[in-house]
Amino acid sequence: MDFGGLRALEKVDLYVAEAEIVAIIGPNGAGKTTFFNCITCVYQPHRGDMIIYPPGKASKSLNGLKPNTVTEMGIARTFQNIRLFKEMTVLENVMVGRHCRTRAGIAGAILCTRKTIREEQETLEFSYGMLRKVGLEKQTNEKASDLPYGAQRRLEIARALATEPFLLLLDEPAAGMNPSETAELDELISRIREEDGISILLIEHDMKLVMNISDRIYVLDYGHLIAEGTPQQVTGNPEVIKAYLGECFDA
Amino acid sequence: MPYGRRAPITQKGGKILRSFGVALWFMFLTFPIMVIKISPLEKNIEWRWGRMIYVGAGAFVLSLLWRYVIEQKRGPIPKEEADPLKVDTKDTGWNRGGSHSLQERLAIFFHKNKKFRILTFTGLFFIIAAFPFVFSTYQTSIIITALMYVMLGLGLNIVVGLAGLLDLGYVAFYASGAYFYALMNHHFGLGFWAALPMAGALAAIMGLLLGFPVLRLRGDYLAIVTLGFGEIIRLVLENWNEFSLGPSGIARIDRPGTLGIDFDLRDHTVYLYYIVVVLVAFTIIVVSRLRNSRIGRAWIALREDEVACQAMGIDKTKTKLTAFALGATWAGFVGCILAAKTTFINPASFTFMESAIILSIVVLGGMGSIFGIILGALVLILLPEYLRAFSEYRMLVFGASMVIIMVFRPQGIIGGTRKRHEFHVKEPTGEKP
Ligand SMILES: Nc1ncnc2c1ncn2[C@@H]1O[C@H](COP(=O)(O)OP(=O)(O)OP(=O)(O)O)[C@@H](O)[C@H]1O
Ligand SMILES: [Mg+2]
Repeated sequence: MDFGGLRALEKVDLYVAEAEIVAIIGPNGAGKTTFFNCITCVYQPHRGDMIIYPPGKASKSLNGLKPNTVTEMGIARTFQNIRLFKEMTVLENVMVGRHCRTRAGIAGAILCTRKTIREEQETLEFSYGMLRKVGLEKQTNEKASDLPYGAQRRLEIARALATEPFLLLLDEPAAGMNPSETAELDELISRIREEDGISILLIEHDMKLVMNISDRIYVLDYGHLIAEGTPQQVTGNPEVIKAYLGECFDA
Repeated sequence: MPYGRRAPITQKGGKILRSFGVALWFMFLTFPIMVIKISPLEKNIEWRWGRMIYVGAGAFVLSLLWRYVIEQKRGPIPKEEADPLKVDTKDTGWNRGGSHSLQERLAIFFHKNKKFRILTFTGLFFIIAAFPFVFSTYQTSIIITALMYVMLGLGLNIVVGLAGLLDLGYVAFYASGAYFYALMNHHFGLGFWAALPMAGALAAIMGLLLGFPVLRLRGDYLAIVTLGFGEIIRLVLENWNEFSLGPSGIARIDRPGTLGIDFDLRDHTVYLYYIVVVLVAFTIIVVSRLRNSRIGRAWIALREDEVACQAMGIDKTKTKLTAFALGATWAGFVGCILAAKTTFINPASFTFMESAIILSIVVLGGMGSIFGIILGALVLILLPEYLRAFSEYRMLVFGASMVIIMVFRPQGIIGGTRKRHEFHVKEPTGEKP
């Protein structure tokens, strides 16, 4: 993946197995977010293949799809710089996530057909369930932008979950959270994996969180994959310490 | 105080000093036109110093007032710079005064009081039903125009208010609806009732035609292209004589058909009034249903954040096109009504000015809010009508009120409130209400 003359990603081989929590770490500007943008087809990588094996379905290539089709196929994401629908209520934000799993059209909405009403009710209940899962059920009718920062991050997760993904991409979910919020997030991510069997790929700078929950870790530096393995393996890798972890643990 | 942010003017002295500066500037700038008067006939220069004092005093008072109101709007300036990572719920409630604004509280009150609601609606119903019999034909005719703009505003609101696509060429769809009926009636004698749905459909197709090329454009670029589109349609109508009969327009268009009953002018007006009232009611129902539907949420999501909207599995192309098409449909309907109402149309009725008025209705009334747009249309159309004396200053008042609204109430007179949902959790959660 290139931006003009800048090569942001070069040969990143990465896989996530079912119900696995995998972390991508790396210094700032390493290309982590760019990697997410490639998977979700916000950018089209110049070379390379992205293949998914949705549970119970045939494998598919993601190359050249539109971002919304990728979501429909079961990959949902959150954003590093929170991108909520600010003017909508908390609940409505999650309801938007149901869009690709519902069918009601213009005619149904105008005529208020039985089917539409039923679907709307299901959407409401499902979305409310998601809010309860992330612990935001008390703020249902608040404007999304009125939520505190940590809650906004959790709302983004709820919204992503509403699309019923099999793979969830989290871009720095703990950024800007205090330790107790991070601990809650830790618990939430594990719960999502356990209850729904969703695979999780997360980018994170908070080493404590990463080491706690991830099964495997990939380390990116200047667009290259420099190490991969279990948390123990990665912390022991001299190249990683040189590139990234050293400054984190020693300082 | 962190670097890069202007220090708030907390002391009164600072404010007065600044206003004084502004007054001086104004006196200086308006000096040549306000003070010096050269009369070539008498070959002398008249110095009108008195005027300078007026300008200074006026600018000073206005500037002070402006600052005061802005500060009121901001609320007390927080002592510490708010840490963006620790935003508290209460802190973000800027000009909202507590957890609910007055508007929200009124809406909730209205929602909860069933009796009050029924009373309001029956009252409104009787007023609307009796209107043409109480007031003159002239008054009724004005109200019809206002109601037509309500429909136009609600239609444009789908595009601008909900989907957030700034469309300055809305008048093109209005014109196509009007010309469709006029031409069909002129050449083939097609009746109003048959033409009405067809005009809507035609406008929807036009909406799609405009939508395709501008799919990748946003904001200012979109505004410019749509503006051009509106002008192109008008120029085509003006110059393609064989097709549109040119600048002289089309006359003697039939009024809405009346099943063979003889109507005089007054009856026709009353009849049209009821047609428009029913259509407005229809529009309100459709728009409010759409707004709280899956499609409506997709529009708003598109407006709020395009990237996140796509990441939620919403097809951007489809969503934009439905917004353009549905918005245009209403312009088509109203165009058809306009042709039937005035029985004469020409390209001059479809200038950019028309788009601007409709857009002002949407923006002034409150983007996305149905009640706000109704209010906006009534204010913007009825006020100039009843304040004939001010009609020359219409553009001035438009501009000034737009600026004032944008500064003090960017969400419009009535901001769009979102639907609230109550949930009753089935299993007790262990806390008492
Ligand atoms: N749209 C873009 N256009 C040009 N360059 C870009 C673009 N997006 C990212 N880059 C560049 O690509 C490189 C990788 O950026 P990326 O956002 O993926 O880093 P990151 O690993 O997510 O860093 P951080 O930890 O700060 O989030 C950076 O050098 C960045 O400047
Ligand atoms: Mg990043």
